[in-house]
Amino acid sequence: MARLRSAADLEKKRAQILSKRDPKKPCITLCSGTGCHALGSDKVYQAIVSELSRNGLKSKVDVRRTGCHGFCERGPIVVIFPAETCYLGVKPGDVPEVVSKVLMDGELVNRLLYKDASGETIKHEGEIPFYKHQRRIVFGNNRLIDPKNIDDYIALGGYSALAKVLFEMGPEEVLETVKRANLRGRGGGGFPAGVKWETTRNAPGDIKYVVVNADEGDPGAFMDRSLLEGNPHSVLEGLIIGAYAIGSHEGFVYVRQEYPLAVSNLTLALSQVREYGLLGKNILGSGFDFEVTVHRGAGAFVSGESSALMTAIEGVVGEPRPKYIRTAVSGIWERPTNLNNVETWANVPLIINRGADWFTSIGTDGSKGTKIFSLVGKVNNTGLVEVPMGVSLREIIYTIGGGIPRGKKFKAVQTGGPSGGCLPESLIDLPVDFDALTEAGSMMGSGGMIVMDEDTCMADVARYFTNFLADESCGKCIPCRAGLEQMVTILDRICRGEGEAGDIELLEELSEVVQDVSLCALGQTAPNPVLSTIRHFRDEYEAHIERKRCPAGVCKALISYYIDPNKCTACGICLRECPVEAISGGKNLVHIIDQEKCTKCNTCFEVCPTRFSAVVKSSGESVPAAPPLGAEVMRKKGKRE
Amino acid sequence: MKKVRLNIDGKDVEAQEGMTLLEAARDAGIHIPTLCYHEKLAPYGACRFCTVEISKNAETRLVTSCVYNVEDGLVVKTDSPKVIKMRKMLLELMLASAPVLSELASQYGIERPRFKSEVTQCILCGLCVRYCAEVKGANAITFVGRGVNRRVAFIDEVVSTGVCMDCRECFGVCPTGKIPRETDGASFEGLTVQDVLARTL
Repeated sequence: MARLRSAADLEKKRAQILSKRDPKKPCITLCSGTGCHALGSDKVYQAIVSELSRNGLKSKVDVRRTGCHGFCERGPIVVIFPAETCYLGVKPGDVPEVVSKVLMDGELVNRLLYKDASGETIKHEGEIPFYKHQRRIVFGNNRLIDPKNIDDYIALGGYSALAKVLFEMGPEEVLETVKRANLRGRGGGGFPAGVKWETTRNAPGDIKYVVVNADEGDPGAFMDRSLLEGNPHSVLEGLIIGAYAIGSHEGFVYVRQEYPLAVSNLTLALSQVREYGLLGKNILGSGFDFEVTVHRGAGAFVSGESSALMTAIEGVVGEPRPKYIRTAVSGIWERPTNLNNVETWANVPLIINRGADWFTSIGTDGSKGTKIFSLVGKVNNTGLVEVPMGVSLREIIYTIGGGIPRGKKFKAVQTGGPSGGCLPESLIDLPVDFDALTEAGSMMGSGGMIVMDEDTCMADVARYFTNFLADESCGKCIPCRAGLEQMVTILDRICRGEGEAGDIELLEELSEVVQDVSLCALGQTAPNPVLSTIRHFRDEYEAHIERKRCPAGVCKALISYYIDPNKCTACGICLRECPVEAISGGKNLVHIIDQEKCTKCNTCFEVCPTRFSAVVKSSGESVPAAPPLGAEVMRKKGKRE
Repeated sequence: MKKVRLNIDGKDVEAQEGMTLLEAARDAGIHIPTLCYHEKLAPYGACRFCTVEISKNAETRLVTSCVYNVEDGLVVKTDSPKVIKMRKMLLELMLASAPVLSELASQYGIERPRFKSEVTQCILCGLCVRYCAEVKGANAITFVGRGVNRRVAFIDEVVSTGVCMDCRECFGVCPTGKIPRETDGASFEGLTVQDVLARTL
């Protein structure tokens, strides 16, 4: 491949790629993102390839392995073009039937189509409620391109924004456009990207760096991962444009080692852009030079914090530094360094191509554009969701997410990752944007969204996240290291039923200090889970402390199981299933749980047939005395409560 | 060098641009307590004990004075109720692992600490680590572990070269006295690799 030496060369290349593609030719696309990969998309791919060749269809049907589509709950996802027929949960065994119908117009494999609540099937991917209510401007191309093939990205207009800035716009104009678009950082802080770029551009020094923060580490979050895996060129194009605007000639992508597919797709993408002359010396013949180095992170959560990330790039242990002098002025090796998150960079080519006015027409007053959320937890449609800023939590969780599984009640949603806050049902109509979430005591963070149902104990949730953060604290500053340690100790004892009067207030007191004087954002935001759950679910804490009761029935030390002798039919199921042989009884004999032996694993509760419902889970009250061993079950003629 | 005028605890202070609040206060004879600060070392900002309250444009916030640079017109309070409250809590947290600080703690009115932790008598201020690296260039001491498992340890390969024998300057910078106490205050001689590692502080 000869280097592209001008904008005209790029356009020629694009025309050449498109001329070889027939939009009417059937193409089987298969999601190969991490979610579908885990569900066996590799085997499905092999089945497709061998089935096509077995039927002599190799030249008549194209196959493309794409990036993540987002509907991970129902993978592996197959979409067949040009009709855009969408099959969900495709197994290798389904492939012969799928392939046999590709060339038969109008014939469908009905059992693999999406079915709505009324049982109606939906053929087009875009009509499925999960997708229909999204606006996928950043994430949408994932489903159309093979991330390992730069030509797929170019065919969709890729790198036209780069050509536009290099030949039609000066760096200042690019900067102004991004500022006017009011693009705010998608990594959590929400700081205006254009303002940050300007600071770095104006900072003294000849050598400046630009960085992609791909150290996404929140439990349950995978939007940056899917973007980098599925459409690496969109991130790179944004980065090169940013470098041009800032006057930087060297960039870094800090990506976690735990994202092997992202690392390999990114590395491949970099070699492709170098080969095409879109990276390196004299990009597209414009005279602008820019190189990118991939830095693989060793897996410390705190290295996602910008100053810690920069020390890690320097080769030192990733620990935050005081940032009273911003990293935009003094970052890597004390040189001006502009860092943005994966999703922020991926927005840049869109803003350049479609203009700041178009971008600001989407979203709310203070938060423009869209945001990708990873919707996980107790929700029917887990996956990646991209919506305009300002859409309500209700719309995301119910309209797109399909509500709570098994008819359970919604209890809370945690936004913003481990240091986000838990928002209760009363706030479910909250419009989701940077400012509204912060005001409600949570945050946008990088876009994690964990839905919790009625079976969730909020003190236990706070304990889990605080423990995660204490574990991930670098330990440099005292409030974060020792403050979080003490908060975990208190939360642990509350969940063990050993909480004391004054513990809630002590948690609040510690939270204030950790928030106010911790060195970096990890510590400063770490008390959010505790504070938000105290604010919205204080009664649950009080139940744990005062009545030694866990209302959700989660905290093992506070729950007990017993069998109601009036309901037990001696069916023997729980007796057989109990993993620790804590249940005694026999034919016609009432089953009894030995409280000493019981490990509270919940198995008996789950296996007791609902028509008997003899196993009782109780909390906060003493277990009734068991009937004498050998008591017989009450046999009534078909009469049982 | 440009002069900067600010007010610390009601006193008008003139400082050089680029100075930290802590340096400006000390020059003016105003005491701000510190635990991880040393004038020969680059400011580190870890103990947060030098936290002060600043007001600028009707906005008040807490900053760390050892790393915050002086600004014109800044109003600084080094002992506002909020600052004292923070310091007390920090001290109480440190006291859990370093009871040796009880005298300092009682100066702040802490008599019965509410927290418990593993007693290490080390507050991880990093003075020994940084002094050894920045001043002596010996790099014989390091941090190991992360978060609550963070500890200070001697690097046996360095100690065994004998470099520590004539130095022992870390003894003097340790604010809790842990290093001189636990290294016998005497000799590094005869320590094996295992001995040194076992003496992880």
